[in-house]
Amino acid sequence: MGSASSVLTQYDIEEVQEHCSNLFSQQEIVSLYQRFCQLDRNAKGFISADEFLSVPEFAMNPLSQRLLKMVDGLNFKDFVAFLSAFSGKATTQQKIEFIFKVYDSDNNGKVSFNDILEVLRDLSGSFMSDEQREKVLRQVLQEAGYSKESYLMLDDFIKIQYVLSHDFLNCSLYCLFKKSVNYIDAKVGSQLGSFQVGTKNGG
Amino acid sequence: MNSSSEIQNQKLSSQLDLDLDFEFDQPSGKLRLRDLLDISPTLTEASGAIIDDSFTRCFKSNPPETWNWNVYLFPLWCLGVVIRYFFLFPARVLILTIGWMIFLSSYIPVHFLLKGHDKLRKKFERYLVELICSFFVASWTGVVKYHGPRPSRRPKQVFVANHTSMIDFIILEQMTAFAVIMQKHPGWVGLLQSTILESVGCIWFNRTEVKDREILTKKLRDHVQGAENNPLLIFPEGTCVNNNYTVMFKKGGAFELDCTVCPIAIKYNKIFVDAFWNSRKQSFTKHLLRLMTSWAVVCDVWYLEPQNIKPGETAIEFAERVRDIISVRAGLKKVPWDGLLKYSRPSPKHRELKQQSFSESMLRRLEEK
Repeated sequence: MGSASSVLTQYDIEEVQEHCSNLFSQQEIVSLYQRFCQLDRNAKGFISADEFLSVPEFAMNPLSQRLLKMVDGLNFKDFVAFLSAFSGKATTQQKIEFIFKVYDSDNNGKVSFNDILEVLRDLSGSFMSDEQREKVLRQVLQEAGYSKESYLMLDDFIKIQYVLSHDFLNCSLYCLFKKSVNYIDAKVGSQLGSFQVGTKNGG
Repeated sequence: MNSSSEIQNQKLSSQLDLDLDFEFDQPSGKLRLRDLLDISPTLTEASGAIIDDSFTRCFKSNPPETWNWNVYLFPLWCLGVVIRYFFLFPARVLILTIGWMIFLSSYIPVHFLLKGHDKLRKKFERYLVELICSFFVASWTGVVKYHGPRPSRRPKQVFVANHTSMIDFIILEQMTAFAVIMQKHPGWVGLLQSTILESVGCIWFNRTEVKDREILTKKLRDHVQGAENNPLLIFPEGTCVNNNYTVMFKKGGAFELDCTVCPIAIKYNKIFVDAFWNSRKQSFTKHLLRLMTSWAVVCDVWYLEPQNIKPGETAIEFAERVRDIISVRAGLKKVPWDGLLKYSRPSPKHRELKQQSFSESMLRRLEEK
């Protein structure tokens, strides 16, 4: 890990920077490379799904399977491009594009009723029935002027102009790295049955 | 705002003394399409985990900074390498061999000849185990400073320590012959375990066998009750951590035995070598060889004040309190993860908590006009 920078030449860094539309500084790319090498245990050049899932905080995330499909087997350049939506320099449009990509799992450029339903299923798990999910979705779509048969395009997403969470809009690599430096002093740990809790300091 | 998941969150938050941010910062108001489609908090958490997470940091080897990057420092370093590999290493191997010869030539007779006189035999065996551990420590020029009162042999007490490498056990064993509870290893280590360590009363377990737990707890309880047995040493982290952090202590085992828990804190000085055994990256033999070809292994061992479970304290709280004591003493940061996540995936319960919170929020807001 200490020798990561020596493996990445200036030319490599610039190539990666270009690929992610200059959304990351060179220092950030070097840090990302160190992280990439840390996750890619046998230096294959990509991170396997299993290695992603070995990060407990990621495995616990409801959208982990969906994100895994997008990020599994990417080489470093594409890995950085994937994460570029989380850069501090990314525009709101770029962030919304990323969210659109997460919804549009079959990559056909449009998000259908079922696509949204799938994501809802990931987020709500067994705590909402399929009927409840459909009912909620149909209702809000109707109120926004869409129907069950409508397909949402990227423009629709932008138009809907939802209020992105403060974290997402202002997050930068620095914040995401920094959070784990002051890890919390869990004064009293707890185990509800056998599950473990992962936490982070609010930036 | 009293859904059951929120009550659970509050309980959890107050116990852990931190703020868990869940998916929706309790937004209220009618549910709109924009709210339903907004998955950005979850995405931020996921990307945060991809970019950096505290669990992986616990198992990262942090070697000491290289200092040989200079025209005159480099030859000095080369000289150092020559001395270490061609003078120190053979000398150490020699010391170790002599130690083993002395040990085996005394242990085998004692073990067989004194079969009838158990008490005397145990006393000799104990002394011999301490001796061979001292030889081991000498073979990597261990500079170990012990602080605090030496462990005494009393019933109803258990020793716990943080875990960095298998050599923790050797360092502690050279001062007091502990009985330890260990994972059975393959190879020559396993051989040592089944012959010599058996005599000090060590207890074996298999990490993968869950049913093992009850049998194990019973064995531990029996051991602790016996006044004749060697004091029991447990590493509650369950896995080797890189000596900058501590992972959560397992409550089962040390903290549920109704006895006094004596914490021991071990801190290695990385100045000459990093003593962390990254079991994913190297075998124990390679790890030992690395130690034997470095200048010295420097560490501090603190024997801390024995603790008893306070009335009204749960086993988990007790374990965390002891972990706090050890972490503060050794200057380690605490991390709220279970060490065994190294080998397995986290339980789905945490994800379910998030899903529950999301669902409840959605359904509630749907009703609002």
